[in-house]
Amino acid sequence: MSSADNEGTGPEGPEDEGATPAAEQEAPPEAVSAEAEAAVPAEAEAEIAEPASAESTSDATAEPEAEPEPEPDPLRQPLLDLLRERLGDDLVGSEVAAGDIWVRVERSAWRRAGEVCKADLDMDYFCFLGGMDWLPAPDLSAEKVWDPDSEQPGEAATPAEAPTTYETGVAGGQTRFQVFARLMSTTSKVGITLKVDLDSDDPRLDSWIPVYRGADWHERECWEMYGFQFDGHPDLRHIYLPAEFEGHPQRKDFPLLAREVKPWPGLVDKEPIPGEDEEADATAGGET
Amino acid sequence: MTTVTEWQKEAYIAGQAADARVNVELETDGMTLNIGPQHPATHGTLRVVVRLDGEQVVWADPACGYMHRGYEKLLEVRKYPQITTLVNRLDWLGSFANEVPFILAAERLMDVEAPPRAQWIRTVLFEMARIANLTLFLGDMGVQLGAVTPVFYAFRDREYVLNLIEAATGGRFHPNYDRIGGLKDDLPKGWIDECKSTMQRVRNFCDEMEDLLLGNEIFNSRTRGIGVIPKHVALDYGLSGANVRASGVDWDIRRDEPSPLAWKDVEWKVWTHPDGDSFARYWVRLQETREATSIVEQLLDGLPAGPIMAKVPRIIKVPAGEAWVHTENPLGEMGYYIVSKGDLGPFRVKVRTPSFNNISILPWLLRGVYVPDVITILASLYFILGDIDR
Amino acid sequence: MSSVLNPLLGVDLGFGWLAAIKILAVYAVVPVGALLYVYVFLFKMVSHMQSRLGPMEAGPHGVLQAPVELLKFLQKEDIFPARADRRVFALAPFVVFMSTFLLFVIIPAGPRLVAEDLDTGVFFALAVSSLSVIGILMAGWASANKYSVTGGLRAAGQLIAYELPMVLAVVGVVMQAGTMSLQGIVHAQADGAIFGVDVIGNPYILTQFLGFLIFAIAAQAELTQTPFDMPVAESELVAGYLTEYSGVRFLLFFMAEFASAFAFAAIGAVLYFGGWYVPGVEGLAADILGPVVMLTKVMILGFIIFWVRFTLPRFREDQLQMFAWKYLIPLSLVNILATGIFKVAF
Repeated sequence: MSSADNEGTGPEGPEDEGATPAAEQEAPPEAVSAEAEAAVPAEAEAEIAEPASAESTSDATAEPEAEPEPEPDPLRQPLLDLLRERLGDDLVGSEVAAGDIWVRVERSAWRRAGEVCKADLDMDYFCFLGGMDWLPAPDLSAEKVWDPDSEQPGEAATPAEAPTTYETGVAGGQTRFQVFARLMSTTSKVGITLKVDLDSDDPRLDSWIPVYRGADWHERECWEMYGFQFDGHPDLRHIYLPAEFEGHPQRKDFPLLAREVKPWPGLVDKEPIPGEDEEADATAGGET
Repeated sequence: MTTVTEWQKEAYIAGQAADARVNVELETDGMTLNIGPQHPATHGTLRVVVRLDGEQVVWADPACGYMHRGYEKLLEVRKYPQITTLVNRLDWLGSFANEVPFILAAERLMDVEAPPRAQWIRTVLFEMARIANLTLFLGDMGVQLGAVTPVFYAFRDREYVLNLIEAATGGRFHPNYDRIGGLKDDLPKGWIDECKSTMQRVRNFCDEMEDLLLGNEIFNSRTRGIGVIPKHVALDYGLSGANVRASGVDWDIRRDEPSPLAWKDVEWKVWTHPDGDSFARYWVRLQETREATSIVEQLLDGLPAGPIMAKVPRIIKVPAGEAWVHTENPLGEMGYYIVSKGDLGPFRVKVRTPSFNNISILPWLLRGVYVPDVITILASLYFILGDIDR
Repeated sequence: MSSVLNPLLGVDLGFGWLAAIKILAVYAVVPVGALLYVYVFLFKMVSHMQSRLGPMEAGPHGVLQAPVELLKFLQKEDIFPARADRRVFALAPFVVFMSTFLLFVIIPAGPRLVAEDLDTGVFFALAVSSLSVIGILMAGWASANKYSVTGGLRAAGQLIAYELPMVLAVVGVVMQAGTMSLQGIVHAQADGAIFGVDVIGNPYILTQFLGFLIFAIAAQAELTQTPFDMPVAESELVAGYLTEYSGVRFLLFFMAEFASAFAFAAIGAVLYFGGWYVPGVEGLAADILGPVVMLTKVMILGFIIFWVRFTLPRFREDQLQMFAWKYLIPLSLVNILATGIFKVAF
C-alpha cells in the first residue's frame, strides 16, 4: 500500500467485478441470511441481489455451479407474476431477492407500469423517483487535473472511447441512463423498485404525475440533475439550483470541482496504519 | 478552471435581484409575498412564494435549494466509513437516525451482522434521536403560534438528552457513531441510569406540553381543522412518518419491516389519529415522544452483553449489488438506495429524505388558506432544511 | 398640583411655570414607567417563567440593562428604507408616542398629584389612546414593505374592534361613580360603602367584575399583546408594522408600547381598584402614600397583563374579530344593563 501508487479506485476491471460475487457465494449463505431476514415468513433466499451484468464473462462461469437454488418469496413472487401478466413483454428484467423486488420495464410502458402498480398491486405510497448514470466514474486519483477539452475524463473500463455497453445493476439495463422509482403498499407493506432504460442521446420519459402526484418534484430534480425530459410534466424547472445554472450535476461527466482542484486526499496522502501493513495488504488486494 | 463563466455569474445575480424585487412592488390584484428565505417560521432557509388575495393564499410555490449541498454527488467520492460524517448533517436534529439506514444497507450488501449489543444500543440512540428531534417540535409549534414559553422548556429538557448523546458518542449534534459492523465505542459507565432519569424528565415535559398547549383553547382553535390532508393525497405525495399517521394510515416501518435493530424485542404502540389536521400531527408526535421514552427504558433494561463490533476487514470494500434500506426516522421515512460496484466507496447513493416529500404537498395544501394558517401548517408538517435540500 | 407645589417651593407659581413643571413631570414619568415595566416584566419575569435568568451583567441582577438599552438605541444609525415615504415614516412613531403621553395627563397618583384632572377624564383617555391607530397605519404604509402593510391593516382592524368593548365596559364604572373624572371615580370608590360597610370603601371590582374582565381583555388587545398580537406576530410577519424601524424610531414604538401598558394598568387600577386610595389615610399622608399604593397596583395589573402575554398562543385575525364583535360587545352591553338596573334598584 505505498502512497505513490497511481492506480485509481475507480471502476475496476471486469475480472474484479466477477471475482467478488463469486467469492461471496462461497461463503455459507443460509446462516447469515436467516438472521438478516428475521421476520420475512419466506425461507432464506439469495442474500444479495447480484448484478445481472451481461458483459462479465467470469460471472457466467461462476454462477450456475455455486448459486444455491433460490426459493420463491411467497409475498413477492405473486406480485411479480401479476405484473408480468399485466405488462407482458414490457417487463424486460426482474429480480426477487433479499426480500425485495426489482422490475425493469420498457420505456413506452413506464406510465402504464405505474398505473398497474397503483391499481392492481395496491401500491398507494409513492416513495421516490431518481436517476442513474451508469457511466463509470471518472478516475480522480493522484495528480489528475480536469482537462475540459478531453471527451472521456480519466480512465474508464474501456479507455479513449465512450463505452457502448455499460455494467448496470440489478434487473439489467442496456443504456447509460436509467430512471428508477420506488413504490410501496401501506396495506401489504411490500415495496417494489421499478427501473426503465432511457435513450442515451435523448433521455425522455413519460411523467408519472397523472399516476402519482408526488412525482412532480422528484421529476424536476431528476431533470435538473441528469437532464432527463419528462413528457407531460407541467412545470419542469429547477428545484435546487438557481435558474440560470448550466449543466446537469449528477451526470458522471460533470466534474466535482473540489476534486478537480485537489485530488482525493485518501488516495494520495494515505499513510500505512502502524503495525498492520501486511494484514491490510493481504486483504485489500490491488488498491492503494 | 471552473466551468461557471462570468456571464453565468452575472445572470445568476441578476436573477436573484429580479426575484428580490418581487417583494417590493405592490400589485393591486393580489400581493405576492415571500415567506423566507430568512424568516422565523421556516426552519432554515425555505422560501415559500405565495400570492395572496387579502389574507388568503391563491397559490403557493416553495422554492427550496438554498441549502443544497449536493449529497448524492459527494457521497459518490467518499469511502464507506467517511459517509457517516456527511450523512449526520441531513436531519441535524435527530442525526444518529440518518446514519442507521445507510449502515444497514452497507451491512446488507456486505453480509455482515452487527452483534446484538450493538443493535440494541443503536436502537436506543435512534430513539433518543427521535426524542431530541420531537421535543424541539413540541416546543417549536407553540412558538409558531405565539406561545413563547413552551419552547424554552423544550430546549431545557432536550439538553439532557443531548448531554447523554454526547457522553456516549462524543458529539451532541453529529454523533458519527455508527460503523459498518457495529458501533465505535461502548456506552460509558453510569450512562444507563442517567438515561433512565432523563427519560422520566422527558415524560414530565410531555405532560407539561399536553397541559400547556394541547389543552389550550386558543391552540385548539388555531390547529383543529387546519391543513387537513386526506389519506390518499398524503400517500400520493409520499408523506411519511407522523404526518401520514395523523391522517389515519397505520404504517410504521419499525413495526412493519424486518430490521436487525431491536424494535421487535420491546413492546410499544403505533399512534394514529383519524383527523389529518395540524392538531392531529401535534398529538401524534407528542404520543410518539412518550412512546420513545418507554422504548428506551425497555431496551436499557434488557441490554445484552457482548461485543460492540463484528469482525469486519479493516479496509471496507462492499461487494457489488444494490440495496434499499429505509427506517422510521423522526421526520418520516428515510432511506438509502446504494448501488455498489465492489469499490471502497459507493457508485451511486440515492438519498430519500422525508422532508422533501413532506414539503412537496404544500402547493396543493396551501390553496385558500389564511396567512397565519400557512405558518401553522408549516409548523405542523415539520421539516428540516437539511433534509429537504440534501 | 399647584396646592402641593406652592407650599413646597414657597412661591406662588404662575400658570406658565406650573404648566412647564407638569409637562416635565409627565416627560419624566413616561420613560421611567416604561423602563420599569421593561425591566421587571420583559427582562426578569418572563425569564424566570421560562426557567432562565435574564440579563444579569449590567448592574446587580441586570437592573441597568434597561437604561443601557435606551442608550444603545439612541446611538444607532437612522435608516430609511429606500422606497419609504420619508416624512410619514419619520412621523409615525411620534404620533404613537404622542397618544401615549397624552394618556398620562389624567392619571392621578395622589389626591392632589395629577397633571390635569379633566372632567371628561375617562372619555379623554379612551379617545386619545385610539389615536395610536393612525400612527400604526402610517408606519405600516410608509415602510414600503408588504409585511408592514399587512401588519398595519391587521392592527387597525384589531384596535378599532376592541375600542368598543373597552368603552362599554368603562361605561359601567362611570354609571356607578356618576362622574367621568378619574379623581372623582377614586373619591367615589373611597367614599362608597358595600352594603353599609365602608371600611375599605367600594372598589368597583366587586360590582363590576364582568366589566373588569372585559376591560382587561380589551386592554390586552389595545396593547397588541398576545393573545392579540397579530399585528406584530413575530413568527409570521417578522415584526409587522415595526419591521422596517430601527434605532431611535424603534425605541419610540417600543417605549410607547410599554408606557401604554403602564398607563392602561394605571387606568384599570383607578377605575376598578380604587387608585391611590388607602383606607383611613387622609391629607399629606395620602399624598405620600398614594403614589406608592398606586405603583403597587400598577405593577400587579402589569404582572397579569404580561403573564397572559407570555403564556398563551395568539389568535388568528378572524377569530380575534369574532371574539370582539360577537362575544365581548354583547357581554359589555349586558354589563351596562345590569349596572343600570342595580343602580336604580339599590
